[in-house]
Amino acid sequence: MAETTITRDEVAHVAGLAKLAFNDTELDQFTTQLSDILNIFDTLSEVNTDNVEPTYSVTETVNHLRDDVANNWGQKQELLENAPLAAAGLIKVPAILDGEGE
Amino acid sequence: MTFNYFEHDLASLHEQLVNKEITATELTEATLDNIAATDEQLQAFISTNPDEALAQAKLIDEKGNFDNVLTGIPVGLKDNLATKGIQTTGASHILEGFKPIYNATVVEKLFNNGAVSVGKTNMDEFAMGGSTETSYYKKTTNAWDHSKVPGGSSGGSASAVAGGQVPFALGSDTGGSIRQPAAFNGIVGMKPTYGRVSRWGLFAMASSLDQIGPFTRTVQDNAAVLSAIAGFDAHDSTASQREVPDFSKKLTGDVKGLKIAVPKEYFGEGIDPKVAQQVKAAIAQLEALGATVDEVSLPHTKYGVAAYYIIMSSEASSNLQRYDGVRYGFRADDVKNLEDLYVKTRSEGFGDEVKRRIMLGTFSLSAGAYDAFFKKAAKIRTLLIEDFNKVFEKYDVIVGPTAPTVAYGLGEEVDDPTAMYLADVLTIPVNLAGLPGLSVNAGFVDGLPVGLQIIGKPFDEQTVYQTGYAYEQASHLFDQQPDIATKY
Repeated sequence: MAETTITRDEVAHVAGLAKLAFNDTELDQFTTQLSDILNIFDTLSEVNTDNVEPTYSVTETVNHLRDDVANNWGQKQELLENAPLAAAGLIKVPAILDGEGE
Repeated sequence: MTFNYFEHDLASLHEQLVNKEITATELTEATLDNIAATDEQLQAFISTNPDEALAQAKLIDEKGNFDNVLTGIPVGLKDNLATKGIQTTGASHILEGFKPIYNATVVEKLFNNGAVSVGKTNMDEFAMGGSTETSYYKKTTNAWDHSKVPGGSSGGSASAVAGGQVPFALGSDTGGSIRQPAAFNGIVGMKPTYGRVSRWGLFAMASSLDQIGPFTRTVQDNAAVLSAIAGFDAHDSTASQREVPDFSKKLTGDVKGLKIAVPKEYFGEGIDPKVAQQVKAAIAQLEALGATVDEVSLPHTKYGVAAYYIIMSSEASSNLQRYDGVRYGFRADDVKNLEDLYVKTRSEGFGDEVKRRIMLGTFSLSAGAYDAFFKKAAKIRTLLIEDFNKVFEKYDVIVGPTAPTVAYGLGEEVDDPTAMYLADVLTIPVNLAGLPGLSVNAGFVDGLPVGLQIIGKPFDEQTVYQTGYAYEQASHLFDQQPDIATKY
């Protein structure tokens, strides 16, 4: 049985994809834990799944559609109240690039 | 003034409201007092909302129409169900202070039935965990022993009902998060068929597995609550358009001729022998009531945990992309740019278990791993479903333990993710196959409750409840009360 291993560098790469940052201690910890869990995942390779169709959903219906009419709830103010920072009726975020002023 | 919910089921509460022996306002006040008197021990609620609850109760009393069985009855809602204008956190730091602008469909349906929400119950962060210990806010305790975990992820809802704070509560179940805490607390918990209940307004963890369901002290109460929350909803594209039947219809106590299957894999390695013994005694009791019982095999059971953790984490990693600090909740300070804002907010806002699952999911979906992990798991899911289909050709229900052990000590397993994941082995396959699954109390081991799990065919909650009810009425275990009952 092929054993999947995951290196510290790979963990750091996946963290980047997931928009997470880890310090050295966390990287070590996650590398060990993820390797242990991947070992459980590896047991699946024992099962012959040739000619087995994958199941991605168990719903018995495919999407309900409604008429293509805008349903505007008019809750802009309530939505903005949840934003950590808002100005001029918009959500405020930092600059996209370093060094840009506001 | 507190109110002793151990002495009343929903029907009896309803009768008192109809006969004006108690008002909705008095009941709501007493429930808030119940929580005040016991939440230091139980730690079941992240927040309560007395003002909104009392205003709601007052309106109900003014209207004076108690036609509906839930009108005027207080409820606890898991904190991953959106409640309009009331903080809903998913027990995560990243949603601290977030007030949804709409009610989840189940909340709206409960409100339309006149139920009164008194607060939001504790849970594992984003429903990820089996002990409610990954909550950012607090550690809930088991209603029977406050040194033990309540199970999870809906541990707050389970502890609140089992501890007599509220007559019923809602939870969500992605891999056992209703049934396992129900088992650990000796109450009734139902995960309905996938599609039976709208997921709209439930914070999505794994969209192909998540279902909302009720916690109650009796099967009859559970069926009544499910009737109120089930049904089609245009807001959830996977909500079933099937008619909602009367879930109480088969609650007769009669199971003569019912064909029960007992999978041998559910009594295998890792199952505490004392738990197995207790569950076998419960099955023997069903047989004595006239059901036929045969041993069957669900051969792919042992692969369920691996398949589940791949599928669930993949879906979760995608669903949790939305938490980025821009539109709501927590936002990290001292950031250089937008990218930094995302990374810092997520790194500071999520706890370790959530990060672990996001990492597993991101890995499983990544280019090099997709076929070997995500697609492979989806194929195993097909095989698990075929196992169930084969058994259901000949049998009405499948029964076994809900969890391999009774509740363990607080802090005992939280640092061992693999042990925690493997403990979900008996509940996970039910979610992968989208089946209804119920846990009812099957007695006690060392003073802690054991759960009997009853699994049904898709959309056959009626027969599942029928089985649970017959056992419950024969065993009368709901007469037993935890020590905390003396507080009321």
